[in-house]
Amino acid sequence: MLDDLRDLYQEVIFDHNRNPRNFRAMDDADRQIDGFNPLCGDRITLFIKLTGNKISDASFQGQGCAISTASASLMTDIVKGQTEDEAQNLFSLFHKMATGEHVEMDDLGKLAVLAGVCEYPARVKCATLPWHTLDALLKGAEEPVTTE
Amino acid sequence: MNQVVTNIDGYDVERIRQDFPVLDQEIRGKKLVYLDNAATSQKPKTVIDSIVNYYENDNANIHRGVHTLSERATLSYENARKTVAKFMNAESEKEIVFTRGATEAINLIANAFAEKLSAGDEVLITAMEHHSNIVPWQMLCEKTGAVLKVAPINERGELILESFEALVSKKTKFAAISHMSNALGTINPIKQMIDLLHQFDVPVLIDGAQAIPHITVDVQALDCEFYVFSGHKLYAPTGIGALYGKMEQLEQMAPYQAGGDMISVVTFDKTVYNKVPYKFEAGTPNIVGTIGLGAAIDYVTNIGVDAIAAHENSLLEYAVEQSKKIDKLRIIGTAENKGAIMSFVLDGIHPHDIGTMMDHQGIAVRAGHHCAMPVMDFFGVPATARASFAMYNTHEEVDALMAGIENLIEMFG
Repeated sequence: MLDDLRDLYQEVIFDHNRNPRNFRAMDDADRQIDGFNPLCGDRITLFIKLTGNKISDASFQGQGCAISTASASLMTDIVKGQTEDEAQNLFSLFHKMATGEHVEMDDLGKLAVLAGVCEYPARVKCATLPWHTLDALLKGAEEPVTTE
Repeated sequence: MNQVVTNIDGYDVERIRQDFPVLDQEIRGKKLVYLDNAATSQKPKTVIDSIVNYYENDNANIHRGVHTLSERATLSYENARKTVAKFMNAESEKEIVFTRGATEAINLIANAFAEKLSAGDEVLITAMEHHSNIVPWQMLCEKTGAVLKVAPINERGELILESFEALVSKKTKFAAISHMSNALGTINPIKQMIDLLHQFDVPVLIDGAQAIPHITVDVQALDCEFYVFSGHKLYAPTGIGALYGKMEQLEQMAPYQAGGDMISVVTFDKTVYNKVPYKFEAGTPNIVGTIGLGAAIDYVTNIGVDAIAAHENSLLEYAVEQSKKIDKLRIIGTAENKGAIMSFVLDGIHPHDIGTMMDHQGIAVRAGHHCAMPVMDFFGVPATARASFAMYNTHEEVDALMAGIENLIEMFG
């Protein structure tokens, strides 16, 4: 009955929602920041550790829907080991994908499972909240980030 | 789930549904089940026709032209005011001010009370208010140095009357209370609360945005100073609402906005304000909105608010009963006296996922904090899903809601 929903809610998303990766506070984080979606109340706290200009560790905590939780889980996994520039570049690609612009899916790796979100305008911000938060963190913001 | 429930005697829901063109459609290949009525209700054909008729035949500005169209438009506008006054049992239609909605009405009053309050005074609200009945008072308090007091609620989402009573004192200079909570469905014992506040001469505003489609309102019996509501939750267009105020209150209140229609004489030295209610209706108003509101009230009155409420309550009872079969479902807001709102959470499934997954089954429910973040905080949830019923909903739609919930639980695994 809900087969067409599988485009949005792929099994990988359920998996990351049930068992989010890197879902922990990081006591020795170099940077941390809160992200907030005031429209729906989703909250995320993002932590990263930097070695040189490389993200050597990333984790998150917070409360959100399956889409935002899976997105944060996937994001923290994928940016580990990336340079700040690489992560920023990936954010830009991810944002394009989430808003329906053409991108090479190969460049997005595992993140491609969230491509379906572009069909759901009300849910795009669920997927992009973790990324906007990371973007602000990398740019050195200290105030909480909002999607509005 | 296949239990057949007969309709209440004489209440023909199928006929009512035919009056609402929007209901007859499919969403993603499924029959639309519209259960987001607490956000906004659908509009009957008579309301839609009144709008078309106005623009096709009578459109003109009001209160100024001497030509026929202007006279017609003015008459329709003022007739709508009479319809609202009668609907709320106001003593005079002059006590009805048209606003954009409940929010603007509350802001209008908060604005006027800025000059009446001073540091140390208290404004009393409840913990179940909508943001629109919190923020204007916070702003008023910031401006005047008054203190905002919040009467607490219990685990069922009911106001704790003793705590409320304990907060009323000589310091209390204003109280703003929702008649019915949009997030929980709780109906407050407002008559009792108003009487209590009047012992200390506290003017009371009742936020009737949620209550007005479900509860017969008699402002004279309630004896409240102000009662506000939005038309769009009462089957009328968006952008129109009304403020009832006792004449003695309205007369001593400062205007909200300045402009045309709210004046009687303007020179560059001085302006003399128009009389109530025009003093509060600056600029060309939402004329067609008032006409639509009048038509909506006629439609509702024709069926009867009490008959509608009885039907909606039977839907709510049925939904609550059926929801007990779903282990993961927890209802937020279980007040003894509540209107047709079922706010709920599902264990392990975020309300936004519920919202999207229900939409895929043609079912429109609200997911979010319902502009009542303090209520969400109290219950320790970030958001809820909310099904809210109106006059045209059916028991079969409640079945569809339950089946939809079971489907998504299965999908989530």
